[in-house]
Amino acid sequence: MDPVTFLTQFLMPALWQGLIVTLELVLLTAPFGLVLGIGIALGRQYGGPALSTACAGYVVFFKGCPLLLLLFMLYFGLPTVGITLPAFTASVLGFILCNAAYNSEYVRGAIKSIKDGQMTAAQALGMTKVQAIETIILPQALRRAIPGLSNEFIYLIKYSSLAYMITVVELSGAAKLVATKYFMFNEAFLAVGVVYLVLVTLTTYGVHLLEKRVAVPGLTGKSRA
Amino acid sequence: MDIISILIAWGPYLLGGIAVTLGLVLSALAIGFVLGLPIALIQVYGNRMLRAPAAVYVWFFRGLPILVLLFLFYFGIFPVMGLDFPPFVVGAVVLGLRGAAYQSQIFRGAIQSIAEGQMTAALSLGMTRWMAIRTIILPQALRISLPGWSNEYPEILTDSAVCYAIGVMELLTRTSQIVSQTYVTLPVYMACAGIFILLNYAGMQVILRAEEKFAIPGFGIQSG
Amino acid sequence: MSDYILRVVDLHKNFGEREILHGISFNVKKGETIVFIGPSGTGKSTLLRCINQLTVPDRGHVYIDDDEITGCGHRISEYRQRIGMVFQNFNLFDHLTAVQNVEIAPIKVRKMDKTLARDKAMEELRRVGMEDWADHYPSELSGGQAQRVSIARSLAMDPEVILFDEPTSALDPELTREVLEVMKDLAKSGMTMLVVTHEMGFARSVATEVVFMEGGQIVEQGPPSEIMKNPKHPRTREFIGKISEH
Repeated sequence: MDPVTFLTQFLMPALWQGLIVTLELVLLTAPFGLVLGIGIALGRQYGGPALSTACAGYVVFFKGCPLLLLLFMLYFGLPTVGITLPAFTASVLGFILCNAAYNSEYVRGAIKSIKDGQMTAAQALGMTKVQAIETIILPQALRRAIPGLSNEFIYLIKYSSLAYMITVVELSGAAKLVATKYFMFNEAFLAVGVVYLVLVTLTTYGVHLLEKRVAVPGLTGKSRA
Repeated sequence: MDIISILIAWGPYLLGGIAVTLGLVLSALAIGFVLGLPIALIQVYGNRMLRAPAAVYVWFFRGLPILVLLFLFYFGIFPVMGLDFPPFVVGAVVLGLRGAAYQSQIFRGAIQSIAEGQMTAALSLGMTRWMAIRTIILPQALRISLPGWSNEYPEILTDSAVCYAIGVMELLTRTSQIVSQTYVTLPVYMACAGIFILLNYAGMQVILRAEEKFAIPGFGIQSG
Repeated sequence: MSDYILRVVDLHKNFGEREILHGISFNVKKGETIVFIGPSGTGKSTLLRCINQLTVPDRGHVYIDDDEITGCGHRISEYRQRIGMVFQNFNLFDHLTAVQNVEIAPIKVRKMDKTLARDKAMEELRRVGMEDWADHYPSELSGGQAQRVSIARSLAMDPEVILFDEPTSALDPELTREVLEVMKDLAKSGMTMLVVTHEMGFARSVATEVVFMEGGQIVEQGPPSEIMKNPKHPRTREFIGKISEH
């Protein structure tokens, strides 16, 4: 088969289907990963000894455990204790757990970088600790954490490919299936590579726009890209 | 069968898996260093003809998922080139090629963070540019890179598990085989996670030692 | 062979549209100390950097002992060995101790034996009164100490001329004094020096010649007694007047 026919007749439709699944995975994961990550960071920074140790343990486990292994646990392991999740749900759950661990590190670093005086000043104005965190600390910390958080979002796009290893046919899976069927490996994987590059490059660009929009003079995270 | 007796029975097999995993990680780190440093130097000091391909290399290898890179090289590029590498070699090389892209950015940032006066002073003493890079810029840049570099180890360690997808006999592959042999699932997976976390911790200790050893007053090498 | 150790002929330098040097010429005899004064941004530092080609001039020539430095291509590092330079921000190598800073160029550039280089480095550190600080890193030194080490570093290459680019501008008065003392001793020992500075006291007591620069040109030059006490050009008079008010 000539590459052009392969590309237009078979690969493109498959990649389109896969792209939709990949976007679903990523967009379902990101908000929960962010919220859980912020929660863990706050628990670690402001929680009592028990909570803060638990949050630290969470981070050690989910950063240290390979994501693929985590997916195996959720998809193949949980049914043995009576919890059976569809592959797609198991993937999203695994991504959220992992994504939150990394996000929490960026948020915590940003919280720690904010001067003590901010909290003191807020409390001196009569705010409770929770109010101070909500209105003074987090708005500053999250701005500083944007470069790190968006880096994690880009990682998430790429690592969502691991869902294929537990049978979710997203972008990489779609490419692999078509490649194997028609024995056109280079064409399929280079094409799917281009799709990822476009996704990642567009996201990077979008992140820059976001950073500019929420920028406050004198309050920037160091851009790492 | 309970998990303890499984671990005892399959201990040697798992130990072999640890060796393969560490082999992947160390070769990948080495390949990444050997390629990453010249890429960084090209990006900072090279002319436009060299800088463009270096930038494309970094963009490509940082933009693609490790799974796609492994498939691409294992099923596509290497066979087309007539290279019949065993899965382990493909895994190590691909992790290394991708690591080079990431490491080059660590080194590039470190080189650029060194004040321009260092180069000026070296030139004014009669050093050539290359001599100044070797004796003045790189010794400082490598020290500054250590904290960033120490993030590279845990990342490659966890990514090495993806080599499962091309059948490298590393820790996760062997764990999955034990699971399918013994029908004990969660405990065996948890044990595997424990081993990864231990390897992570042990490696970080080694890196921290290195940072202490190479510490110099005025170089804020705290891991962060 | 001329009497001059260093000759600068008609140097021009533009940065984009801005003209920094506009036809600078002067000659330096062995053992002279030439002090360049003038308002900030008038090209004095650029002039020094053009002499050892850290900045490449657009036009003009620089000669050391009748050898042309300008346009010498890759041989420039040989000439730079003969011309030392001391910077406003010291630019000590941050990963090396004081003594390593001083010995690195002799070892790497001159291929000097390491023991000899160490002896030589210690000797130069003694000359600037820093031998007790040999094993300290730059971050552990005060500004004045760092600048003295950087003077020792350039002395270790046995230069024929040393260029001082505002060597005390980053220092407070106390530390300035210790650096100026070292420079005064150097001048007395017969070292040829080109100094860009705002220290009028130093100019008055040490310079063999003072050069007043403005707008990328030499406005007036002569012995310090003349330039400082009795300037002919109105711009020089204005500048000297302003400076001595402080």
